[in-house]
Amino acid sequence: MLSDPDLQKLIFGRFSLEDIPFHEPILQVTFAGVAVVGLAVLGVITYYRFWGPLWRDWVTSVDHKKIGIMYIILAFVMLLRGFADALLMRAQQSIAFGANDGFLPPHHYDQIFSAHGVIMIFFVAMPFVTGMMNYVVPLQIGARDVAFPFLNNFSFWMTVSGAITIMISLFVGEFSRATWLAYPPLSGADMSPGVGVDYYIWGLQIAGIGTTLSGINLIATIVKMRAPGMSMMKLPIFVWTSLCTNVLITAAFPILTAVLTLLSLDRYIGTHFFTNDLGGNPMMYFNLIWIWGHPEVYILVLPAFGIFSEVTATFSGKRLFGYVSMVYATVVITILSYLVWLHHFFTMGSGASVNSFFGITTMIISIPTGAKIFNWLFTMYRGRIRFDVPMLWTLSFMVTFTIGGMTGVLLAVPPADFVLHNSLFLIAHFHNVIIGGVLFGMFAGVNYWFPKAFGFKLDEFWGKVSFWFWTVGFYVAFMPLYVLGLMGVTRRSQHFDDPSLQVWFVIAAFGAVLIAVGIAAMIMQFTVSIRNREKLRDLTGDPWGGRTLEWSTSSPPPDYNFAFQPRVHDLDAWDDMKRRGYERPLDGFQPIHMPRNTGTGAVIAALSVAFSFAMIWYMWWLAALTFVAMIAAAIIHTFNYNRDFDIPADTVVRTENERTSMLAVRA
Amino acid sequence: MSAASEAGHHDHSEGGQAHGSVKSYVTGFVLSVILTAIPFWLVMGKVLPNVVWTTIIVLALAVVQIVVHMVYFLHMNTKSEGGWTILALIFTVTLVVITLTGSIWVMHHLNTNMMPMSPHDLLHHQP
Repeated sequence: MLSDPDLQKLIFGRFSLEDIPFHEPILQVTFAGVAVVGLAVLGVITYYRFWGPLWRDWVTSVDHKKIGIMYIILAFVMLLRGFADALLMRAQQSIAFGANDGFLPPHHYDQIFSAHGVIMIFFVAMPFVTGMMNYVVPLQIGARDVAFPFLNNFSFWMTVSGAITIMISLFVGEFSRATWLAYPPLSGADMSPGVGVDYYIWGLQIAGIGTTLSGINLIATIVKMRAPGMSMMKLPIFVWTSLCTNVLITAAFPILTAVLTLLSLDRYIGTHFFTNDLGGNPMMYFNLIWIWGHPEVYILVLPAFGIFSEVTATFSGKRLFGYVSMVYATVVITILSYLVWLHHFFTMGSGASVNSFFGITTMIISIPTGAKIFNWLFTMYRGRIRFDVPMLWTLSFMVTFTIGGMTGVLLAVPPADFVLHNSLFLIAHFHNVIIGGVLFGMFAGVNYWFPKAFGFKLDEFWGKVSFWFWTVGFYVAFMPLYVLGLMGVTRRSQHFDDPSLQVWFVIAAFGAVLIAVGIAAMIMQFTVSIRNREKLRDLTGDPWGGRTLEWSTSSPPPDYNFAFQPRVHDLDAWDDMKRRGYERPLDGFQPIHMPRNTGTGAVIAALSVAFSFAMIWYMWWLAALTFVAMIAAAIIHTFNYNRDFDIPADTVVRTENERTSMLAVRA
Repeated sequence: MSAASEAGHHDHSEGGQAHGSVKSYVTGFVLSVILTAIPFWLVMGKVLPNVVWTTIIVLALAVVQIVVHMVYFLHMNTKSEGGWTILALIFTVTLVVITLTGSIWVMHHLNTNMMPMSPHDLLHHQP
């Protein structure tokens, strides 16, 4: 670009125009597609003059409801990206046999499976979970927002920044080829000199800040802001699982941050924490990252358990069976999840005593999880079950997750693990629990709380289509991988020599196509529902006959959630209020004190993208500049005293009167 | 009333954390100065002939230092924040102990069982 190489290096670091992969046809098509869609979206926003409202009402919003919705939109968008990677992998593996090399060269294939794992865990599952908790927790505990509303906005935009950083790697440079956890020595400076691993590190570090802060925020919210009367043992079970998840986040994510920092020191300034020589030990990286990694899977699945508990109780028309045992099971899982990490590397060679300890703890952790399954079954027993879409996802979860749990206990037996380690059996197992547990849970949650968030139900027909294609597609896609894994096929292979394996991969690829139809049906479900929103309108605020406080307010809830803070006398507070003939107060409204929107979060997050880009490409001047700018923006924000306002009493009166007339229309 | 301001207005009311008095801050300060001075004196004056014992004493004083900070500067006791503070502390200590002892245990067994990773390790493995 510049004639003087020194100047070029000073300004652009190691970036040059050759780093933009124009030569890859797949990427060209993707790039063209992204450009067209991106321009279309920008055009639509401009045409409808949506920029102003977008900035005022969404980007700068500190409302936990809007932030929760934005998290879930992020998760859906990234799900499409991660699933595109999955389709590419399934297609490649179903054709790359013998003389056929498939369409993805190894270096590209390695990037795809690394990106698939990173995106699905960090930018699909995590935003889904955080979004659900953000939206639902304050409503369920009768609060008006989270404890630190600005921090919440900042957390969200940092998560987005991490996602953007990862997405940039698609078009500028390359992504990591070192798997989703970037194990050294492969991820070290010697084996991966390019920018791929740096994209990985900075993407996760930035998103990790957001995740940790939102964990702290939600703990403070649950501990300090519960409605009067809501003692800990009267918390809705989703709030309990959220509390435990956020405790896990706050305790586990710093370990990830520390490990990635050590890895970046190895890569940037030549330390030897995880190298093969000079006293470094790559296995220490495995050890540390799984001390974060195992709690992480419970971070994902606990809120899903919470959603299933709410859905099962609501759609069975009964109080949840064994509430107390559910709470204790959740807390026990929280502690035990820190005692099982070595089962991810039994084959490392720590020997029989260490392996048996961790094998046994792993089997023990399945006990509280099993107890939960029985609790849900007993909740349904003699209940009047309504098979709405959220309940369907829950039923499918119970079957699918039980199978995944059983193969997990199988893998927890160290001798069996020596046979199955890093085989497709493992791949099948964790997709079995993450899709069947986390993702199905989030879909149940989306279908369950959508009417609360937007004021109309989701279309039932397309919901059922999507449910059946996802469920059947999941089994068709992953059961063959169990078979292949038992035959000894390893994960992460770009090409196979044994043609007898091909039929299983073809079946798996067909399963992935079924899931694709499921995703398409989901998009269809949203489209049809938005179009038919008047017919699907929920005027009551309580479309499912719910049991917890979020159903006591209107759908969508007013900015202030509750005109009066509810008083809680029993578990399942709203059900209790309905049974005791609760009357909505119609007068006596007062002004409501609320936090004001601020753009600081979005500004700092945008700077952090520039900062990480600069660090990845060694543009040191830009890194220094953006770093200082981030600190400055944070300091300037502390001088912003205009951070709250009052919703005037007559606005509250008007909003509440509208709700009164809506309720009257129905009656 | 918003979340943020609610916390701001009602800070140290029922169940909240206590403010320290001048006396407690001074006590904490003096204690931490003493606890910092002793390790420096031990190391710089080469008081003990045995390096292992020096290390152990310095680490032990560091732990005491942590407790002093928590009690006098962070005002932690078993009752602050309705017991949540002490609960969080117990949880954190449990996890730190699990992480440290677990890692040492795992890596120690690994080093005993497996071949040395580099010439550097080989030096330590010589009988």
